[in-house]
Amino acid sequence: MDPQRKRKIRLVVSLSVAVLLAVALIYTSFSASTQAKEPSELVAAGPGNTVDMTGKVVPHSIRHVGNGIAFRVVDRDGSGKSLPVTYRGTVPDPFRGGREIVLTGSVENGTFVGEPETLITKCPSKFTTKSDG
Amino acid sequence: MASLGSALLLLAFLAAVVAAGLALAGRHGDRRRVDLSRRTVYAFCGLLTACVVIIEIAFAGNDFGFKIVSEHSSIETPPFYKLAAMWSSQEGSLLLWAWVLSIASSLALWAIRNKLREIVPYATAVMMGIAAFFTGLMLFAPDVQPFATLSPAPTDGTGLNPLLQHPSMMIHPPMLYSGYVAFTVPFAFAIGALITRRVDAEWIRATRRFALIAWTFLGFGLLLGARWSYTELGWGGYWAWDPVENAALMPWLLGTAFLHSIMVQEKRGMLKVWNATLVVGTFSMALLGTFLVRSGVLQSIHAFGDNTVGPYILGLIGVVVIGSTLLIVSRLDDLRSPKRIDSLVSRESVFLVNNLLLVGLTAVIFWGTFFPLISELFTGEKASLAAPWFDRYTTPLAIGLVLFTGIGPLLAWRRVSWDSAKRVFRVPLVVGAVATLALLAFSDAGHKPWALALFAFAAFALTGLAQEFWTGAQARRQLSGESTAGALVGLVARNRRRYGGYIIHAGVAVLLIGIAASSSFQTNRDVNLKPGERTTVDGRTITYVKPTVAVDEEKFTFGSVLRVEQGGKLIAYLRPSQRFFRPTGQETGTIGSFFAGEATSEVGLRPGPGSDLWIAERPNITAVQRRVRAADEGFAACVKGGPGTPPQCKSLRTLMLAARANPALRAQALEQISKLQGLAAENVAKTYLTDTAPATFKVIVNPLVTWMWIGGLIALAGALIALWPARGRRRGALVRTEADARKEAKYREIRDAELDHTLGKLSDDDFAAVDAELRREALEILDRQNGNGNGAHPHEPEKIEQS
Repeated sequence: MDPQRKRKIRLVVSLSVAVLLAVALIYTSFSASTQAKEPSELVAAGPGNTVDMTGKVVPHSIRHVGNGIAFRVVDRDGSGKSLPVTYRGTVPDPFRGGREIVLTGSVENGTFVGEPETLITKCPSKFTTKSDG
Repeated sequence: MASLGSALLLLAFLAAVVAAGLALAGRHGDRRRVDLSRRTVYAFCGLLTACVVIIEIAFAGNDFGFKIVSEHSSIETPPFYKLAAMWSSQEGSLLLWAWVLSIASSLALWAIRNKLREIVPYATAVMMGIAAFFTGLMLFAPDVQPFATLSPAPTDGTGLNPLLQHPSMMIHPPMLYSGYVAFTVPFAFAIGALITRRVDAEWIRATRRFALIAWTFLGFGLLLGARWSYTELGWGGYWAWDPVENAALMPWLLGTAFLHSIMVQEKRGMLKVWNATLVVGTFSMALLGTFLVRSGVLQSIHAFGDNTVGPYILGLIGVVVIGSTLLIVSRLDDLRSPKRIDSLVSRESVFLVNNLLLVGLTAVIFWGTFFPLISELFTGEKASLAAPWFDRYTTPLAIGLVLFTGIGPLLAWRRVSWDSAKRVFRVPLVVGAVATLALLAFSDAGHKPWALALFAFAAFALTGLAQEFWTGAQARRQLSGESTAGALVGLVARNRRRYGGYIIHAGVAVLLIGIAASSSFQTNRDVNLKPGERTTVDGRTITYVKPTVAVDEEKFTFGSVLRVEQGGKLIAYLRPSQRFFRPTGQETGTIGSFFAGEATSEVGLRPGPGSDLWIAERPNITAVQRRVRAADEGFAACVKGGPGTPPQCKSLRTLMLAARANPALRAQALEQISKLQGLAAENVAKTYLTDTAPATFKVIVNPLVTWMWIGGLIALAGALIALWPARGRRRGALVRTEADARKEAKYREIRDAELDHTLGKLSDDDFAAVDAELRREALEILDRQNGNGNGAHPHEPEKIEQS
């Protein structure tokens, strides 16, 4: 086989492999992703799919219930109705009232039920430009 | 001091602009202007150093008139962390960026001062343009001025977040930044080479060292960050596919690809377009990392600041990407190489595969990191991808990489014959196969095919690398008659780049073994224990011996003593605890305020070569908090006075009333209050010792995770060996002409081929062919050099010392 042709075949094969991989990547990413919602979008919603809920913990709303905790969250900008949340599992160190959290779970009977070990509390230290520390 | 700092910063900005202008003015061979521009870069570095010193003096001296000091430090902040507090702030981290860039630019221009005369002016202009950008941000963008002041100056600052008070946090950010920033040097020289169409390997030879330095810093920074997460964050993991982590990993991966593929350009003159693209990609990723931390476009564990400098950095990324792409496209004709890869089985083709794997890995991570934006664009809904999605793609790619870290070093450049391949692959393949069978027979690795594949490939790679060292040392011993150990040292010392690189490979293989084992075979349990109770996790019996309490001015610490036994034998006492910090900068407050600040975990960790036992505690402090509230209420009532208050209350009340009238007594009153409060706090906290509420323990048994850190350190050692200057260079032989450099590089290639031949990687026929080709190329270089009358004395390539 002459080298020109060989190179062309190699190119076609490697390009098709790359395209196949890219399609797989795109397909799986859309099917594996979880939607991100804010509490105000979930307050009105009925029981739904599993979502990543991003919100701010309402200060002084945290209670220990059995093995887990219960608290309320509002939208990150502090607006909207608050949503009750229950969660069992590891609570990260920085978790407290006023902090932003991300929690995976779904709405059941008007309460957001978090899946264990999915609570993420944002580390407040990085480059806050406001002077509230 | 602050106004002096602002003035110095403004001067630095002007110096950067002037240096860039002078360099461009001297681009047609005006050496005086170029020299002056270089000296201006040194001045720029000096000015920024002075700025950093002023800030650090302010931190050390508790000068809370500086906004940056009052917001990121306090009187109680330990001195060690006061020095590091600068880069926990947005403006301080920008200053660090610019400062490191000024150092890197100065070093690069100093090292290359007598070479690459055509490229240097443009490279200087690029580096100083970027430097002016970052210095300008600190001068003109709102909210990020490092020398902003507060008037009147507060008496104390808000302090440094306790989570960041960890030794690795002191060096992790500067390491990452040095990594990001040092990639500017190869990028700038690549741009210069493209503009002047001097796209041979000269710019690569001159800046390769900086790329390796950048890569080393970035890699070490990532390792420190992982270590911090493992020991400080109380979740027991070291990597979470968080956008900020990904942002640092992507330039490292592309940088790895770049370091490999430039060797192909150096030795074979191929892959020029690819290398130019990679260096632009790496630098853009480094900028993207700087941007992501400051923009708030993606959700991350790391909360981001307001969107003040993000848009500017995004603009810079746009300019870099678009400008570089146009430049590369316009130079395609110069970048084309007439040469082709001779054989699919050769080191260069393995490098090509490894490049594809690394770029593929970067593409996957990039897609996953930015998926929330992509999904919003297409579906209107923000959606994110979690760790399992990343693992699905990165695992097979990482396994492929391990395989090639083993294959690459075993193959010679240009061509490999079947016989020599059989010779070098036999032992590693057998060891890999035996390791697989042993793991299947004696461990449960069979249930985790990916992990099993990784272990097998790592065994293959490590054996191959060991064989390289062994045969190399043997060959040297026969020639020199040294001892095996002496020959080994001599071998590495003579070929630092090659064997340093192999050591890095071994370190990465060991590191990936640690990651695979600890992520696939981890035991993770949450248990509730009362004092005296015990539990068994993975063969280790853990007894909650007793709770512990400590109170000091800044924090409450609730912890425990745990006894760990294995097979009936005591192996350790672990003391995990959780600390509750009072919000800093608060002179007085209620005792309850201790629970309003940060909490941090102190992990109980027993590392071991086989596995780590990792325990974090979540004490149940509900009862303590209830009593704290009661104490606070009692204290308030006491101060208010009224019937039935004890006599101490009365005297405190009198003192407070007196202090209201006479400010001189204020300090005394405050002291009295905090003393009483401290006593109360201590008494309340001590009641925890008799509480019987169960505490929650997170117990993790992490097999082989220690090897992750050891592998990282091995790789670091390898990088340092590869970076260590050769003896001749240390003796001031830095000043060399380009022709000399080219000649030396070709000689090194001949030596490499001879070494490969001695090691059996090149068959006699192949060696004869390759050697003849290389010597012809060397003679061409010599002819050209003599023809140009550069005054270099001709060497016969035969005289090259081989040892």
